[in-house]
Amino acid sequence: MRQFFRGKIGKIVLATGLVFAAIALCVWLGSRQRLLPQHYVQLTLDGMRGGSIYALMALGFVVVYRVTGVINFAQGEFVMLGAMLCLTIHKLPLPLPPALKLIVAIIAAIVLATLIGAAVERLTIHPARRSPPVTLTIITVGVTITLRAGALLAWGADPYVLPAFSTLALEDHIFRFGSVILQAQTLWIWGTLIVVLVLLYFFLEHTIMGKALRACAVNQRGAQLVGINPGRMSMLSFALAAALGAIGGIVLGPVTRPIYDMGLMLGLKGFVAAIMGGLVSVPGAVVGGLLLGVTENLAAGVTNPTYKSVFAFVILIAILLFRPQGILGGTGQATEEVK
Amino acid sequence: MKALWARRNLVNVIAFTVVLAALGAVDIFRPFGLSFSALTGRVVTLDTMIRIGILTIVVVGLNLLMGYAGQVSLGQAGFYALGAYFSGILSTLATRHTILPGITGLWWWPWLMIVVSMILTGGFAYLVGKPILRLKGNYLAMATLGLGVIIHILAGQFPDITGGYDGLTGVPRLSIGSFTLWPMQRYYFLVWGAAIAVIVISLSLVDSRIGRALRAVHTSEVAAEASGVDAEQYKVQALVLSAIFASLAGSLYAHFQGAVSPSPFSFRASVELVVMAAVGGLASTWGAPFGVGLIYVVRDLLKSQLERLLNVRSGEYELIVYGIILVSIMIFMPEGLTASSVQFMQGRRRRHGNIEPQRVQSNGTVEDLGQ
Repeated sequence: MRQFFRGKIGKIVLATGLVFAAIALCVWLGSRQRLLPQHYVQLTLDGMRGGSIYALMALGFVVVYRVTGVINFAQGEFVMLGAMLCLTIHKLPLPLPPALKLIVAIIAAIVLATLIGAAVERLTIHPARRSPPVTLTIITVGVTITLRAGALLAWGADPYVLPAFSTLALEDHIFRFGSVILQAQTLWIWGTLIVVLVLLYFFLEHTIMGKALRACAVNQRGAQLVGINPGRMSMLSFALAAALGAIGGIVLGPVTRPIYDMGLMLGLKGFVAAIMGGLVSVPGAVVGGLLLGVTENLAAGVTNPTYKSVFAFVILIAILLFRPQGILGGTGQATEEVK
Repeated sequence: MKALWARRNLVNVIAFTVVLAALGAVDIFRPFGLSFSALTGRVVTLDTMIRIGILTIVVVGLNLLMGYAGQVSLGQAGFYALGAYFSGILSTLATRHTILPGITGLWWWPWLMIVVSMILTGGFAYLVGKPILRLKGNYLAMATLGLGVIIHILAGQFPDITGGYDGLTGVPRLSIGSFTLWPMQRYYFLVWGAAIAVIVISLSLVDSRIGRALRAVHTSEVAAEASGVDAEQYKVQALVLSAIFASLAGSLYAHFQGAVSPSPFSFRASVELVVMAAVGGLASTWGAPFGVGLIYVVRDLLKSQLERLLNVRSGEYELIVYGIILVSIMIFMPEGLTASSVQFMQGRRRRHGNIEPQRVQSNGTVEDLGQ
């Protein structure tokens, strides 16, 4: 029996069983709250919206981790910067039609956040590049504190609003399917995730710079031997992570109310998503993000919304303990000696 | 080995104790109208000193875990919270619901509950530590991070037991018989007495068989296991001990504040504890009080000075400078303040040619190369 569950088929049987048990538990808890099928659809859709943001952030974590071995705690702050810079530029009295103004604001915010990301790497990670990864991780914590306090100084402690992309106003289009509600902004978020993934694929697979980045992730010394500068790749990875984070923050802006400390929880959740994907794989990060969003939203929906974050971190610990290589597989890393 | 410990560390411990006792005595007897905060130019008040003492206890434990055993914990505030909450709940709820009437009002009840909290927290750390410590490096840090965040969120959830987000109030003052350990001047001696006891325990552990085993595990787990060290067992023990220290500090905090709420035990608190340990110097027990003290003083100074300069009130603007200082320390003194200043002093003295060449090891101790 034990042997069976160690084997490949046994593991699939076990995983399927667990998934069905989880669904059954979910339905049982939901029936106690008198949830109808459309409620589950709604919870799943909302979960996929949040999950897309987690996926964008998880991509940022994966890019930085693979190239530098650093867990970049500042990832959440890039999301905040993206949203805040975008709405600030959007509020400037530029003589442009509203739609163009929003587009200009979005592009300018992404560019600025990318530059900030590169600057962060140059100023903090690069001078300490010979330190162990734990020291570098603590440095990113310091960066997080500084950026958040800077945002508080620049934007104050009040939440802001960003107009919805479709209507350019605070009210968004709402699609109704029976009693299921879908905001137009949700479609923008999903569309953005898809576009970003396609662009990222082309960048990593079909440009010299992207290939150099991948080479650096696979073997830094080998990459150096063929003439790739790891320092520059480290900067590129931070810039890329900052851009991904900023894009996430901008598309999320209209559905939340951007505030200076929004990055903290988002950053931690994005990290959980990255761990679910194994921390080293791009598809894993996307699947992890979506799965985390849906799972935590369903779990919170059938029990109590205040426990939403608890579920995310319970998932984190469970994944680390039972499947450190991530849900998509690959070889385990977490219990090997990493130096 | 024992004799060596006695000579080198005993002097340090006694000097440290005498200085702290003298500082505490100043505030009680007030010679020439001097008080503690006047002595330090109003930068460090007695209140700050007590908080530094409480956090020193947590950081000494964290140092054993991170610096010696090499296991990063980003959830230490969780254990600190458990201590505070267990102590707070056990010493107030029993009285409120008149469970065991006649006993809960006695002076030794809160003391007993501090010990019970330490046992409960240690037991929890043992249960959690077994599976979690299989993870390494960043993964372990993240698992402990998750644990800390879960404890923090749950602490704000059950209004009947933990008081929800508003927290518990009415945690009683500690007393010995009819001698109440309050006002602050008396509590100061309790806190720093406990801190020094914890430092002594840590110092003797580090120089013992266990300390050597932990350092072996830190250097290479495989090599340690190959030479007969049960790495898993030692790592779990280090985690349990650090959790017990954190619990003690939490209990002292609860009885100091008279109230417990979830906000001081957030993820940020865990990060700050790691920063304090890192600034003081990982693998240096004496770094703990200095790391905590430095962070506290710098932050208080920044807060008061920035408020004066920018003419703003409230807000957390001082965190900008605080973050920059943290990053600079990590970049320029990754070994922490104590090791870096020791290196600096030796570098200077060596240039003057009156000292044998020495080497500061990665664990902060100084090795004589002249012999």
